[in-house]
Amino acid sequence: MTFDLLVVGIGGQGVLTAADAIARAALQSGYDATKTEVTGMSQRGGVVCSQVRFGQRVSASEIRPGAAQLVIAFESAEGLRWSHYLAPEGCILVDPWRAVPPIVSSGVHEYPANPIGELDSLKTKVLQVAARATAERLGDARLANSVMLGAAASSLPFPEQMLRNEVLRRFSGGALAAQNAAAFDAGRELVTQTV
Amino acid sequence: MREFLSGNEATARGAWEAGVEVAAAYPGTPSTEILESLIGRPGVYAEWSTNEKVALEAAFGASLAGRRALTAMKHVGLNVASDSLMTLGLVGAKGGLVIAVSDDIGFSSSQNEQDSRYWGRFVHLPVLEPADAAEAYAMARDAFAISERFEVPVLLRLTTRVSHVKRTLTLGEREAPDRSRRGYHRDAERWIITPNHVGKRLEVRALRDAALAEESAASRWNVLEHGTDRSVGFVVSGPAYHAVREAFPHASVLKLGFSHPLPLALAYQLAESVERVMVVEESEALVETELNAAGIAAAGRAWLPPHGEITAPAIECAVSRLLGYSQVQEAKKAKKVFPRPPTLCAGCPYMGIYFWLGQLTDAVICGDIGCYTLGCGEPWNAMDSIISMGASLGVAHGMAKTFEGNGDAKPVLAVIGDSTFLHSGMPALANIAYHRANVTALILDNRTTAMTGGQDRPQLDFAQLSTALGIRPERVRKVDPYELPAFFKVLREEIKAPEPSVIIAERPCVLSREFVRRRPLTVIEDKCNGCARCLDVGCPAITVTRREREMRASGKVVEHAWVKIESGLCTGCDVCAQACARGAMVAA
Repeated sequence: MTFDLLVVGIGGQGVLTAADAIARAALQSGYDATKTEVTGMSQRGGVVCSQVRFGQRVSASEIRPGAAQLVIAFESAEGLRWSHYLAPEGCILVDPWRAVPPIVSSGVHEYPANPIGELDSLKTKVLQVAARATAERLGDARLANSVMLGAAASSLPFPEQMLRNEVLRRFSGGALAAQNAAAFDAGRELVTQTV
Repeated sequence: MREFLSGNEATARGAWEAGVEVAAAYPGTPSTEILESLIGRPGVYAEWSTNEKVALEAAFGASLAGRRALTAMKHVGLNVASDSLMTLGLVGAKGGLVIAVSDDIGFSSSQNEQDSRYWGRFVHLPVLEPADAAEAYAMARDAFAISERFEVPVLLRLTTRVSHVKRTLTLGEREAPDRSRRGYHRDAERWIITPNHVGKRLEVRALRDAALAEESAASRWNVLEHGTDRSVGFVVSGPAYHAVREAFPHASVLKLGFSHPLPLALAYQLAESVERVMVVEESEALVETELNAAGIAAAGRAWLPPHGEITAPAIECAVSRLLGYSQVQEAKKAKKVFPRPPTLCAGCPYMGIYFWLGQLTDAVICGDIGCYTLGCGEPWNAMDSIISMGASLGVAHGMAKTFEGNGDAKPVLAVIGDSTFLHSGMPALANIAYHRANVTALILDNRTTAMTGGQDRPQLDFAQLSTALGIRPERVRKVDPYELPAFFKVLREEIKAPEPSVIIAERPCVLSREFVRRRPLTVIEDKCNGCARCLDVGCPAITVTRREREMRASGKVVEHAWVKIESGLCTGCDVCAQACARGAMVAA
């Protein structure tokens, strides 16, 4: 058995970094792990999806649609885009924040009216995590990444501290580490309030 | 030491441990991180070359001097390098020479999907195909020794799911480069490929082919794994091995790692021990064709997806159909959500360019490959063709020549980035100048190879270069793409000029260190009349707050849109403010 999860969002949100932190925390916890994504044109505000699998032994790195225990979505329409990967017993953490691209602004396509509502109708567990809003309240939208990881920590089958250490390992102490620690803990708070 | 590395990082590490001393590459997804991971490593000279052919030649030059050398590129890069590659198949190599090529399976950021293993057949090179990062690491190490033993370049064929998948692997130490191989002595018969030397080299090549076939037959990289399930046995290479194992953990599998020359004896052994044989390989049905030609009835491509990655569910589905099972499980369908193509970054200097090019409805605009390729999409739709690296200028030349003296001629423009121009645009510009084709060439100079992450490239004066290539100095213009009216004036003049011209638009990439952010802009709501002209800039920092449709007395429907500017994204470039006729956009 493997634990399969997707981290999704748009180019520039640190999706790959977040996925890397989870994979490394899983490795630290004694699992085998893989992490994969298709990068290239996905930079520059395009769709980004990173897949992490861990378990005793992982063969293929790609996750099957309908098999992911966890989807972490940094943007609401992106959560909807990848929701078919969720297993029936799976859980999606989704930031209700909307990133509206020029293709929508210019009137060519429409942004879904109620992506969270559509997710709710899937009958899988949906946790709204206002990561972006929380990060802005903490003073920097870029902290959304750590907020989201903090919120995801309790949904992973290894101690929350493993992920927290891995996130903070990326900052060599100082103000940045303190800010991200606060963001991670704020994310953890967000889900305890919800549950 | 256990590490968690991507296939590209692992390839670089393996090469470094093997004592590689020279590495040269041109960036391209999914291969870029190979050279990136070698830059700054002790004992290695690593460079971004101007194109893949130059990179291969540089690596070969080092090999000729007895050094272990590596070149890396994406699949289409090998097309560029192929002229020299064909000769290297004849003259061979001295110091270990490894060509790491990564195929963009599923063409996520390429003009095609292409199977680089063909080059192994075409050029008579051994081909190694790792299934994952751990193998990429170990094969990169082995490849140099194979190259030296058989005096031949080795093709290390990666694909997206090797290059970009991270796995754990155990690393070793760097081998000290072998000094006995160093030095260079003239050997005209070997290294000068004039017609009188070709025959001799062809004989050497034939002997080498036979020796390589023996080597691959005994290679530790080709393994026949006997399973308990004998209904279908698989012949598989690359990352598809893991997909096969995921889908059929108990099947017999011939895992090909040293895949060319094909170890036929092992394939016969597999075929004898199973009821059916299925070949699972990414891109083309190459091994499948060779097995069938050798008398092994192998199924494959007809049952599997015709292109793109081969996943475990796809293999399950193929086997079900092969065995005639009626129950085939349907994959879960994705929700319909708007497409989100990549966009130019907020503040990208190219937006000022495309704001105007999008309004040239009567011109032909030949595009090229880089971030500015995005100009072909919404809202600009400012491109007529994109073919390959550097092709904009050649195609524009042909169109302009065809239009010459033709009554309904259109203005012809070419749009090419700085790095692409240096990669393969210069010969075509010289051709335009020499044959006096009425092309207006725009060189978009953001001082870096931006699309692949900002690799360095020669810093030189494109105006002087254009003049040297034969464009008259009066027709070489420099513009600031942030200055909309000034740029439009130059654009109009150069389109009108009845001769070749070059417009150089200079501004650093917003993701580069050189870029200076200014105060973000904001919209004065009272001044905005909803004309939506600012949306033609295509900036991701501008979002719509409300839309209205107005029916004019004439019956014409006019769309209005009111906007705001995301202050976190806005770089204060002022391009939207210049596009706004109402002066509604000002510094916050």
